[in-house]
Amino acid sequence: MSDTPVIGVLALQGDVREHLVALAAADAVARPVRRPDELAGLDGLVVPGGESTTISKLAVLFGVMDPLRARVRDGMPVYGTCAGMILLADKILDPRSGQETIGGIDMIVRRNAFGRQNESFEAALDVKGVAGDPVEGVFIRAPWVESVGADAEVLAEHDGHIVAVRQGNALATSFHPELTGDHRVHALFVDMVRADRTAESL
Amino acid sequence: MASTLPDNQAPETGTARVKRGMAEQLKGGVIMDVVTPEQAKIAEDAGAVAVMALERVPADIRKDGGVARMSDPDMIEGIIEAVSIPVMAKSRIGHFVEAQVLQSLGVDYIDESEVLTPADEVNHSDKWAFTTPFVCGATNLGEALRRIAEGAAMIRSKGEAGTGNVVEAVRHLRQIKNEIARLRGYDNHELYAAAKELRAPYELVKEVAELGKLPVVLFSAGGVATPADAALMRQLGAEGVFVGSGIFKSGDPAKRAAAIVKATTFYDDPKIIADASRNLGEAMVGINCDTLPETERYANRGW
Repeated sequence: MSDTPVIGVLALQGDVREHLVALAAADAVARPVRRPDELAGLDGLVVPGGESTTISKLAVLFGVMDPLRARVRDGMPVYGTCAGMILLADKILDPRSGQETIGGIDMIVRRNAFGRQNESFEAALDVKGVAGDPVEGVFIRAPWVESVGADAEVLAEHDGHIVAVRQGNALATSFHPELTGDHRVHALFVDMVRADRTAESL
Repeated sequence: MASTLPDNQAPETGTARVKRGMAEQLKGGVIMDVVTPEQAKIAEDAGAVAVMALERVPADIRKDGGVARMSDPDMIEGIIEAVSIPVMAKSRIGHFVEAQVLQSLGVDYIDESEVLTPADEVNHSDKWAFTTPFVCGATNLGEALRRIAEGAAMIRSKGEAGTGNVVEAVRHLRQIKNEIARLRGYDNHELYAAAKELRAPYELVKEVAELGKLPVVLFSAGGVATPADAALMRQLGAEGVFVGSGIFKSGDPAKRAAAIVKATTFYDDPKIIADASRNLGEAMVGINCDTLPETERYANRGW
C-alpha cells in the first residue's frame, strides 16, 4: 500500500474538476468515478457540488447508489459539498419525489435553504478542525442543516444555521471550498482518509 | 458562531465567484428549453440540471416570425414554482430592462440571447450591474471574451438555434477551442497583437493563454437533437449542453430528455450512447443550415 491515499470524486455531474484539483493539492491521488466497478480501490470519496436531484437520479440509474451506500456503511471516508451534503444526509426535509440519498450522516437538510441564486453569497467562516484564518465560505443556492443526531458534530454555523458537519468518517459542508483555492478543508478530509487507512492496517 | 464575524466581513451577494461558481455546479449537465410548468417537471424528472423558461422554443420563433421578446412574468413564475432546479430566462441583446425584470422575478441565470430579436445593435447589457449571473452566446473566442468583459459568468457556443442541426454548434465550439489552443502557443509579445485581433481585453486574453480554457464555464447550444449530438459536443470540449427545440419538438419528450442526460454524462461510452438512442421516436425534423438565408441566422446577432 503506497502512502498516498486514492480518493474518488463522484463524476456524474457537477464541479468535479475543481475537487480533483483541490484533492491533488492536498496530496491525494484523485480520480473521477462514474461506474460501480470504479469504487474498487478507493480509500475515500468526494460527492461534489451540482444538482442533487440530477446526481441522485443518475446514481440510481447507473447502479452506483447501492454500492456507494454499502461502502459508506462500511466506513469509507466521504466528503460532500452542497449537493454532496444533501446526498450524505440521512434525511431531506423537502425531497423531490423519488429523490434518494446515500446517507451516512444523521442529519436533516433543507435544500436551497439560503435562497435562490440572487441570495447566493460569500462569508468568512470559522470551521472546527481548520486552523488559521477563517475559511472563505462560498454558498451557492446552498442547503443548511436543520438538525443533527447525537453522533454528528457541528463544525461550523452561519447566521445561526449549521453549515458543516462531521460524523465519524463522513464530512459535509453547505459551501464550496473547491471554488476558493484554499485547500484546508480538503486537507482535513485527506487527513481523515489517512487516519482511516492507518486504523485499518493495524 | 455568526456573531464572531467582524462587521466588515458581512455576507456578500452577486460576487464574480458566486456567479461563475453557479455555472460550475451545472457542469456535465443538460439545460432544457421549456414553455410550460408541465414541461419543466418533465425536464426535472428526466435529470435536467436547469431549465430555460421561454414562451416559444426557437423552432417556433423561426416559424412564427415577428419580434421575439422576454417571456410573460406569469409564465416564468409558474415555472419557478413548478421545479426545484435552477430556472433561466432570456432577455433580448442589449435590453437591460428586460434583464432587470428577470432579476426581480428571481430567475437564477439570465441568457442575453440572440434567439430573441436584438434591442440594441451596438451594445450588449452591462452584466456587472446585476446580482443575477448571465450566460451569453459566442461563435468565436473574441466574442466570448467580449461577453466575459461585459460580465458574463458563463458562455455557450451559439450554434443555430431551432434548426435541430448540430453543424453550427460544432463549427462554433471548434472555433473557440482552436483559438484557445493557438493562444497557448503564443509568447508574451504575441499576446498583445492577439488581443487586438480578437478585439478583446488583453488581461482576459492573457488569462485564457495561461489557463488553456475560458475563465468561465463553456457549454454548447443550438442544434442538439439526439443523445449522440450531446455526446459529440461533450467530446469536442463542451462542459455541458443546452437543448432547445430538440426535446419538446420530438415525438417522446420525456424519453428523449432522459436519453440526452445519460449520453451527456457518459459522453465517452458508445455503448451507453447506443442504448440511450434506442426507440426514441421521431426526432425534430430539422433544417439544413446551408439553405438558411443569412438574415435568418440567429448566430449573426451579437457584436
